[in-house]
Amino acid sequence: MPLLSTLARLEAVRAGRAQPLATVRHRHLSDNPLVLVPLTTAGEAGAPLGALVGTDRNEPRVFVIPQPRDRDLRWAFLADLAVHVLAHIEAYADDVEPAERSETDPETGKRVKVETELCVDAPQLIVPSRAGIEYVRLLGRSMRFRRTAEEDPDNPYPAPSRVPLLGRWFTHLGERARVPGSSMLVSATDLLSRHWATGQSNLEDQHLGALLAWIDPPAGRSGAEAALRAELGRDEHGQLLCPPAGPATDPAFDNRLLAPAIARYDAARAALAAGPGDDDREVRTAERAVRRLVVDQMSSTWRATWEAIDLLRALPPGERAEERWTRDRWSYTGHRDRVRAGEPPQPRRDDAVTAAQKLATRETEQVRLDAQEALDDPLVMAGRRLAGEAFAGEVTGVVMEWTESKRPSPRPLVTVSTQDRPQLADGGAAKVYRSLDGRPQSAQFVRFEEDGQVVLRLLDKMGRGRDPEPGSVPEEGDRVCWTLFEHDARGGPKLPDPERTPWTHGGPPGSGAAVHLPDAVTDEDIL
Amino acid sequence: MPPRPLDARALAALAANPGCGRRALLDGAGVDKNALATALGSPAAFGQSQFAIVRGNSFEAKVKGDGGAELLRLVHAHLDAAAEPPGSGALVPDLTAAGPEGRAARTALALREATSAKDWTLLDHPMLALEVAGTPAYLEPDAVVVHPDGRWTVVEIKSFPMIDAAADAAKVGAAARQAAVYVLALERIAGKVAGAEVGHSVLLVCPKDFSNLPTAAAVDIRRERSVTRRQLDRLTRVEELAAALPEGLSFDPERPAEELAEAVSAVDAAYAPECLAACELAFHCRERARAADEVTALGRSVRGELGALTTVEEALAAAAGAGCAEDPTAAALHRAARLRAEALELAAALPRPHVPESPACPC
Repeated sequence: MPLLSTLARLEAVRAGRAQPLATVRHRHLSDNPLVLVPLTTAGEAGAPLGALVGTDRNEPRVFVIPQPRDRDLRWAFLADLAVHVLAHIEAYADDVEPAERSETDPETGKRVKVETELCVDAPQLIVPSRAGIEYVRLLGRSMRFRRTAEEDPDNPYPAPSRVPLLGRWFTHLGERARVPGSSMLVSATDLLSRHWATGQSNLEDQHLGALLAWIDPPAGRSGAEAALRAELGRDEHGQLLCPPAGPATDPAFDNRLLAPAIARYDAARAALAAGPGDDDREVRTAERAVRRLVVDQMSSTWRATWEAIDLLRALPPGERAEERWTRDRWSYTGHRDRVRAGEPPQPRRDDAVTAAQKLATRETEQVRLDAQEALDDPLVMAGRRLAGEAFAGEVTGVVMEWTESKRPSPRPLVTVSTQDRPQLADGGAAKVYRSLDGRPQSAQFVRFEEDGQVVLRLLDKMGRGRDPEPGSVPEEGDRVCWTLFEHDARGGPKLPDPERTPWTHGGPPGSGAAVHLPDAVTDEDIL
Repeated sequence: MPPRPLDARALAALAANPGCGRRALLDGAGVDKNALATALGSPAAFGQSQFAIVRGNSFEAKVKGDGGAELLRLVHAHLDAAAEPPGSGALVPDLTAAGPEGRAARTALALREATSAKDWTLLDHPMLALEVAGTPAYLEPDAVVVHPDGRWTVVEIKSFPMIDAAADAAKVGAAARQAAVYVLALERIAGKVAGAEVGHSVLLVCPKDFSNLPTAAAVDIRRERSVTRRQLDRLTRVEELAAALPEGLSFDPERPAEELAEAVSAVDAAYAPECLAACELAFHCRERARAADEVTALGRSVRGELGALTTVEEALAAAAGAGCAEDPTAAALHRAARLRAEALELAAALPRPHVPESPACPC
């Protein structure tokens, strides 16, 4: 952990409440986010127990499966979920603006600009915890290879029509969530712990209730006390006062409440199937009982997630977070196009080129995120200054110099007095950058003066004339902040086409990869 | 109160925090830490959902069903494809005996017989003995398979899924550490049996994708084995720990909480937040660590970063400027505090855009 964050944690311990780690909001927050609180059944892979979904905090859609091991009930659940979630995701698909994208011309091999369209906005999904993001991925994987009755009439267990599509979107969101700085699928705990440091460890910050307790403790209590209550407090029946944010449930809840309720539901169904009458009142009563229990577990997490959104909304948005959101919009538009073009679902495993591309993207975006957060936020910049990757100070002198050419350009020498210790070495001729109206101006490090002042030579953004444009050269007494890192991230070298994958990486993908066999189905189980 | 025997899970957790004398002593003495933690007023939050238990048991029964044919097929396919495939009549010796000592002896005998029989043999829930820090521990792996060439393979059956031939790394890691303990115990027996050798790859059997069908992967546990062996050897011997304790110390959960807390604090602990996932006493130790203002409560990395500054007060004093001259960590912390204050001041001075208040949640 960087020393500055450690310091914030130490201060939080003393203050009894969380301390800011950022002064602006570094992630895009949609005006209309879709909150998804899923719960899963212990021991089963991808067997949901229920979910709360919605964009209105007062009216979540409630989905509960009274018997999670029942395949038909699960399909019905996923079909309902698909209708509701896809309606939200697809609502953004048709509102587009013209945009340009550079592509490689297949004939000439040159980069050319192509007119295309970009969705004006994209959906944002917020889940309570990091485990929720993984669960969205898992659900995506469990659904995207399913076959509907139209696709495969002989399938004994056809999936409802919208389910495979939801699987593809969930997979896309899950992949996108691994890109640093992306905001299409985010978790409340990650968002909060990016912006606040609590007086507990990283591991304990994974508990949404405890995290909120530190950030916004109830009146008259310290964050530590409130967090402890959220973590461990139990009522007289041994149930947690603040149920876990899921998707896993508390074992005590499973064993004492849920298992008997599900057993009663099973018994009522068996009695209905065996008995002479067709009075399903018992079944419906038992179903309502399970539903009440599960909703009760989810609703406090639902409220907590919205509370987290409120806390984040109160922060002013970071300037460059919007630029990163535009990348999310591109990603959304791209996947929309692939779905519309009838492309098959994402493969089980990426081929070598796609995998390398994804890794390269994540690395580039990480560099971009680090730079942009520092530029948007003096507190993040302070961390970079502490690490010697940036320095701030006052301009103590400017000497005008010019290049020696027919049309001399300005190359002024600027002396900066700073208390920071940038990692610059004499003779290294390292480049440094500062933000000038949002664009990077570069300068070359010349030398350290004897009293530790830094002498720089400005290199660009001063206009075409002999004299620099007004405002482009700092003046004596100005406060400036220079960074040793570039302000924009450069992508890596271009990768070959998948058909030209070198043998060191498995060679071109075989034709077998194109066939997506559905997962095996067994009788005992489920999906 | 009967002593609680050490199990593989406890040993693996112990090996993960070898510096913790409290855990070594209590485990070595067979104290029921769960009851102790409850008596101390910080009960552990461990427990397993009955859904998971039912599912795990039914999966294990399925894997071992039909005389272990499927399990042997998986071992053959993943670890010993060159050998003769197991026939339908593989040996499954009966391992029942009275008490753990009896079962361990019966297991050792069965292993010896199976090795000389030169045929595929499945040992279902054998019992292995391993001496840890001077205390015998009895371990029960899911299964051990003896190959025709005399190799012994540990099989771990887990109910987490292997999706697209990949499983949750954290869970695989825990399974590998657990299997390493079994391998160590088996090696003690194999040393006395001619022609026997313990395989350094164990077979991890999991449900395939979202189904109930078993699939398997060989997991090389050489690293875990050597780490665990080193940690177990390093464990302070329980007698040495006990020798340093006052006479008449008792961890009887019937005693009042204050007396118990005093007894527990007579043994040093090495608390870190990672303990919360592994040790029943972790909440008690955390409470103590927080009360003592220890920085380790914020994480091992924080502790490592702050060096000699072991309490929150010391660290904050350093941030305020104390002791900067002699300690470079203190100086760095002081600089960090200055930069942080400057940045917060700067941000507070910036004009804030108007943010509309969101309506309060009525629920």
